[in-house]
Amino acid sequence: MSTQKGRDVSGKTEQGLEEREYSVGEILKQRGVSRRDFLKFCTAMTAALSLPATFAPTIAQALDEVKRPTLVWLEFQDCAGDTEALLRAANPTVSEIILDILSVDYHETIMAAAGHQAEEALENAITKYKGKYLCVVEGSISMKDGGVYGCTSGKTHLETARRVCGGALATIAIGTCASYGGIPAAMPNPTGAVGVQEAVSGATVINLPGCPCNADNLTATVVYYLVFGKIPEMDSKGRPLFAYGKRIHDNCERRPHFDAGQYVEHWGDDAHRKGFCLYKMGCKGPATFHNCPTQRYNEKTSWPVASGHGCVGCSEPHFWDTMSPMYRRLPNVPGFGIEATADKIGLGLVAGVGAAFAVHGVMNALRKDKDPNETKEG
Amino acid sequence: MPKTPKYKHYIWELPVRCSHWINVLSITILAITGFFIGSPYNSGGSASDFSMGWIRFVHFTAAYVFVVSVASRVIWSLMGNKYASWREFFPFLTSTGRKKMVKMLRYYMFLEKKVPETYGHNPMATTAYIVLFGLYVMMILTGFALYAQHAPGGLMYKSLGFMYMLFSSQGMRLAHHLGLWVIAGFIINHVYSAVLMDIKEHDGEISSIFSGFKYRINKPE
Repeated sequence: MSTQKGRDVSGKTEQGLEEREYSVGEILKQRGVSRRDFLKFCTAMTAALSLPATFAPTIAQALDEVKRPTLVWLEFQDCAGDTEALLRAANPTVSEIILDILSVDYHETIMAAAGHQAEEALENAITKYKGKYLCVVEGSISMKDGGVYGCTSGKTHLETARRVCGGALATIAIGTCASYGGIPAAMPNPTGAVGVQEAVSGATVINLPGCPCNADNLTATVVYYLVFGKIPEMDSKGRPLFAYGKRIHDNCERRPHFDAGQYVEHWGDDAHRKGFCLYKMGCKGPATFHNCPTQRYNEKTSWPVASGHGCVGCSEPHFWDTMSPMYRRLPNVPGFGIEATADKIGLGLVAGVGAAFAVHGVMNALRKDKDPNETKEG
Repeated sequence: MPKTPKYKHYIWELPVRCSHWINVLSITILAITGFFIGSPYNSGGSASDFSMGWIRFVHFTAAYVFVVSVASRVIWSLMGNKYASWREFFPFLTSTGRKKMVKMLRYYMFLEKKVPETYGHNPMATTAYIVLFGLYVMMILTGFALYAQHAPGGLMYKSLGFMYMLFSSQGMRLAHHLGLWVIAGFIINHVYSAVLMDIKEHDGEISSIFSGFKYRINKPE
């Protein structure tokens, strides 16, 4: 049954893909990727997509048959961190596979062409494959003053995004900046930075936030699209559920210490060396949806909490503003000094109320009232 | 010599008294466990312990009890006697209510010597209660929205979806935390005022929340 499904879907996707002679599987074979490595990759992708292991053959078959899609990668107000995360993957085979599956026709950081040639490549890709190419956007888009604060090759990012993302089959917003504005959008947001969905309202956008985005999640999203011919199911913030469907706190390897009541109190204390829960050090795992604990970074080597630092909530909208201070449990109270915690303010409030009523009570004890029953005759 | 109040007036019906005391109990438990959850001390000896787990369990259970109690009181405000009615909680909407409020406020501010006579709630108190009720709703919504995050896609998470649109998770945490301090301030006010009225009105204000009866020189209607 699953085989049948794989064939059906890959047939469907074919319309959305570049017309080339070789399928992904064939290209990989030509590049010297062994069948064994290919199947290992398919199995890893099945796991990343939270699909049952029985789907691995379906994915393998679909990738065997499917033609590789054209992809353009746009960089706006960013640090190229997501590109770095993708290119510097520890295991070269997997990153090769990623790049081999995708026909990257335009990517400012890695393309050989420059200047007019590069712009020509972009033009060619988006006119030739209009409505059929995938677009990856990295970085936020400046909206203020007509978007003049972010320009590439004389055009504002806003203009480029509307043109390229608007004509794309789907846009993958990679990283928190492209998804929700990220760090450029942090208070006071001088450039009026927003994410792709907000800038190009009509575009089909898949948000893959994270700082940086986990390259495995990007690959898995592309594989999902190639295999099933549609974009994955997403949450209310436009993130694929397979990667952002669970809270970090609920999958965390330090969770038993949280439930047990074992917490790190200071950096480098005994509890920290023993790997206890970072809750009291301001870990935002309880407020963050991401698959970091299971997928991990850099070929599953590690992730922030495993290395002893709390989660900072980088895959949540406006994390720079809403998740700070990073090393405290609760945000600062607006209008009060930075050092004033919610508890200090609350304690002050209660003490104030208590004092006010104490004074009121003393005054009441001193005054002589008329008894209500004296004047009110029955 | 003042006349001795000799008529019993049944003011607080059983559901009102029950929800009052269940609120007291659940808010106390929620406050204590809530503060522990907000800043826990190292209570676990080994990773197999479950001290935070149990404290959270107690917090969530008490939260459900609190919700049922508050919801029952809302329903009773449509079914109960006139002292329990929802109308009592909006004295500022009628002109007599506003007049009574001004009188009560003047008494509290030492501008009036005569204690305004009230059978059920005094209008200043009910105004405070409607604000408190809003605070309860806020605490319930933020609390359950944070709780539901353990199962995104679940019924509770989906029905509270608007909360995640309106607030960030950390914003909800802060509101949930500050809300309790405001409730604590209210409790000081509430207990003080009840004791004060018990002393000044000689009507058994304090015992009325146990028995339901207040004492008056007038016959009940």
